[in-house]
Amino acid sequence: MQYHQLLLEIGCEEIPARFVDDAIQQLQEKLCAWLSEARISYGDVKVFSTPRRLAVLIERVAEKQNDLEEEIKGPPERIARTSKGEWSKAAEGFARKQGISTEQLTIKELKGEKYVYANVYHKGKPTSSLLLEGVPVVLSHLHFPKTMRWGDNPTRFIRPIRWMVCMLDEQIIPIRWAGVVAGNRSSGHRFLGGQVELKSAVEYETCLASQFVIANSNQRRQIILNQIKKIEEDQGWVIPVDEDLLSEVVQLVEYPTALYGEFDDKYLGLPKPVLITTMREHQRYFPVEAQAGSLLPYFVTVRNGNEFSLEQVASGNEKVLRARLADAQFFYDEDLKLSIADALAKLDHMIFQEELGTVGDRVRRVYDLAVTYGKTYGLNEEVAVHLDRAAQICKFDLSTQMIGEFPELEGIMGADYAKHAGEAEAVIEAIHEHHLPRTAGGALPQSELGTILSLADKIEVVVASFSIGNQPTGSQDPYGLRRKTAAVIQLLLQPSYHHLSLRFMLSKAVDRFEVQSLLKVSRDELINDLNQFFALRLKVIFQENRIRYDVIDAVLEADMDRPAFMLEKAKLIMDQVDRETFKYEVDGFTRVSNLAQKADHLVLDPSRLKETAEKDLYQTWFKAKEQFTLAEQAQNASQMYEALVTMVPAIHQFFDEVMVMVDDQATRQNRLSLLREIDLLTQRFMVFNQIVFA
Amino acid sequence: MNMQQMIQQLKDYWAEQGCILVQPYDVEKGAGTLNPMTFLRSLGPEPWKVAYVEPSRRPADGRYGENPNRLYQHHQFQVILKPSPDDVQDLYLRSLKTLGIDPLKHDIRFVEDNWENPTFGAAGLGWEVWLDGMEVTQFTYFQQVGSMDVSPISVELTYGLERLASYIQDKESVYDLEWVPGVKYGDVFQQPEYEHSKYTFELSNQDLHFRLFDAFEEEAIRALDENLVFPAYDYVLKCSHHFNLLDARGAISVTERTGYIGRVRNLSRRLAKAYVEEREKLGFPLLQRKEGK
Repeated sequence: MQYHQLLLEIGCEEIPARFVDDAIQQLQEKLCAWLSEARISYGDVKVFSTPRRLAVLIERVAEKQNDLEEEIKGPPERIARTSKGEWSKAAEGFARKQGISTEQLTIKELKGEKYVYANVYHKGKPTSSLLLEGVPVVLSHLHFPKTMRWGDNPTRFIRPIRWMVCMLDEQIIPIRWAGVVAGNRSSGHRFLGGQVELKSAVEYETCLASQFVIANSNQRRQIILNQIKKIEEDQGWVIPVDEDLLSEVVQLVEYPTALYGEFDDKYLGLPKPVLITTMREHQRYFPVEAQAGSLLPYFVTVRNGNEFSLEQVASGNEKVLRARLADAQFFYDEDLKLSIADALAKLDHMIFQEELGTVGDRVRRVYDLAVTYGKTYGLNEEVAVHLDRAAQICKFDLSTQMIGEFPELEGIMGADYAKHAGEAEAVIEAIHEHHLPRTAGGALPQSELGTILSLADKIEVVVASFSIGNQPTGSQDPYGLRRKTAAVIQLLLQPSYHHLSLRFMLSKAVDRFEVQSLLKVSRDELINDLNQFFALRLKVIFQENRIRYDVIDAVLEADMDRPAFMLEKAKLIMDQVDRETFKYEVDGFTRVSNLAQKADHLVLDPSRLKETAEKDLYQTWFKAKEQFTLAEQAQNASQMYEALVTMVPAIHQFFDEVMVMVDDQATRQNRLSLLREIDLLTQRFMVFNQIVFA
Repeated sequence: MNMQQMIQQLKDYWAEQGCILVQPYDVEKGAGTLNPMTFLRSLGPEPWKVAYVEPSRRPADGRYGENPNRLYQHHQFQVILKPSPDDVQDLYLRSLKTLGIDPLKHDIRFVEDNWENPTFGAAGLGWEVWLDGMEVTQFTYFQQVGSMDVSPISVELTYGLERLASYIQDKESVYDLEWVPGVKYGDVFQQPEYEHSKYTFELSNQDLHFRLFDAFEEEAIRALDENLVFPAYDYVLKCSHHFNLLDARGAISVTERTGYIGRVRNLSRRLAKAYVEEREKLGFPLLQRKEGK
């Protein structure tokens, strides 16, 4: 067998930077999966990606697919032969379909029945011809969050495809897709390079480099880092490299050159987050700091080009930043003139969601919830006063001009403006912290007020959407409800918040919407939907805590109230699963549960219990229940489980000695009722029959 | 290069690329996209290439002629190519060269920006083009117009003329731009900027504009009922403009807002459908001419 290098390059108009890494990973995985499935062996894989190309170079790709010998099962012999013992129509059809003659059919027995078999030999086809069919299928299976059409072309892709290269060493594989035929011509850098004709796949990286394209994204990343480091050393600056920004910049350029520019230091009077956001989010600049950590009036940007005329590029970028900072300064000065009361009044003119009124309405709901949650939490009066104020004004910055321009600074500007307005320190902190965590796994609020306000804010928005039937579906989650739900759980898992009841908090939120007649679905349906939604997030978080899926189900089915306590129970069971007697215990509970389903209604009459084993079981249950209830009040998971375990010997004894399903209906129902009581008790802990034993 | 020369250069360049040059449309509108030469012609199967300057009014952006960059009315140079040609990015970059912008001396990027005008049911994917960090052009492949998926796809290039000029002439304020030697942008537009802002924010007769909105809407529907697409469209544009004036004045409450937007969107949806039907009745003349040649 001969082996070749396979090159596939998809040339596009500029792919959005945020999609490139995922796109190239998909292309690699799906192409390799196709090769494997097509029985084409291959070696090492290299990937290349820039804004204008996705490319995969695969070593040692076999010239032909592997031959395949297959035994294919056909109809049973009794159908395959006529009564005279000749091949039937069914047998002939089967042979024809497999491409062999009936003489080549064989008979084999399988589980007592004889079947006709065809032994088929597939000779491997040339890889080059398989690629012609296979690659278009691979390309059409790449998924993007957003796709588009262009020209007359019916194909959808992330951006228009303008050229393709596909080669097996020197051989061109003329794949057709999206109106483009693959060849051996690639394009260099848009301005510095030209078209380039590849003689062989192996030349790909060097040919592109000669046309000012650094095709390897890791190499571009390293070049940018080195260039930034050089500027740091030459200037004596510190340039913190934000990983997300770097990843984006890497996919914005094919030939990077870092440069710096400056701005008027009068703008250093703006809050640091405003400067950083202006530079980073709006212009993709790296802010520059002094050794001590304060911002300096400089920025670093990465050009898609070489060092020619860098001063011109720097001065153009300085002009843009100047205009943006002048705007920011104007907004800041104007915002500081606006009183918090006036800012709040404007919230009544901002729509939240069409069916749910204004942002002002939303804030009033958040306020009511925060006050209720604060009482339940047990805030002392002095702190409660601050919560009251913080909850009233927490969103006032939404109506400021700065947030209109930089929505990502919500809360940060609120805290800054509240400080200028002379609000109490605790209030300022809560305004900032109620947005936390901003990302999955991001920093949590440190203060009680921040935490309680954050809970109220997030629960309000989740219940709001659900109350009008707007639930996240698939990738559609415009209000980030999944993240907010996960955040609520993270907050409740913190030690000081264990006692807060999720059920209570959700129910209070639903009340609040119900009072305003905002429910578009029935209350029961809403609560049920919310429980299911929270259960999904809980599952994810429990899995991250290495809880087995069956244990998660066992806990969630019994209890959806205090996440920390639920997690404690789950962890307790995870510690038990390898213990020898654990199965014995669970079997007992499960047997009880299975039979208990048959109880029509509870009619337990202890005086009717006659046999020793059932009297014993009754006694142990009675004691266990007391012990369990005490432990439950103390929220002590291990004592709760211990209480349940005290019943296990009596349960097994009962099943060994007592017949439950006797003819006498009264006796039967009495015994079933006893089992039902025990089942109800265990289910206050968890639903044991969810637990799976290997 | 002064503003007038820039406009001439762009017109000459796009005329050479086969675009017909039309004049700004005489009904107020918020963007060049809403000129019927774009909005309507991007619908249906017929090919179309056009270029024009569009003075676009955005009442809420009025700043009394005081802000160096924000304007009640700014100028867009608008190009529509339908279907979008394969070399459209190169065509665009060559147009920058005719304005004296040498890409080797600058940093030109295509940065993701997806455009949407929900009021007119229009959406597209593309980029903003950055010139040394400044957004100078919106580059969009239309995917939907009038709430209809379009085919073939048009590409829209919208040059922000004031932005480009302030870069080319290296001016901090639009009012200092040279229109022709001896006449500045401010000489031509600063007074109207002030007066329109003053009118929009302080003087406009809200009752009148509410009445006009209703009347124009009624007239649009009447024309549409008779399948008179172009007159109906004029009245939809007028609705949109009077809505913008009322909105800038703060006269439209939050709850009313979505209602007004919905009314314009419904009309534009009906219009889009009617336009395609009317063209079909005519046998899509431009399509036949293309195939006939």
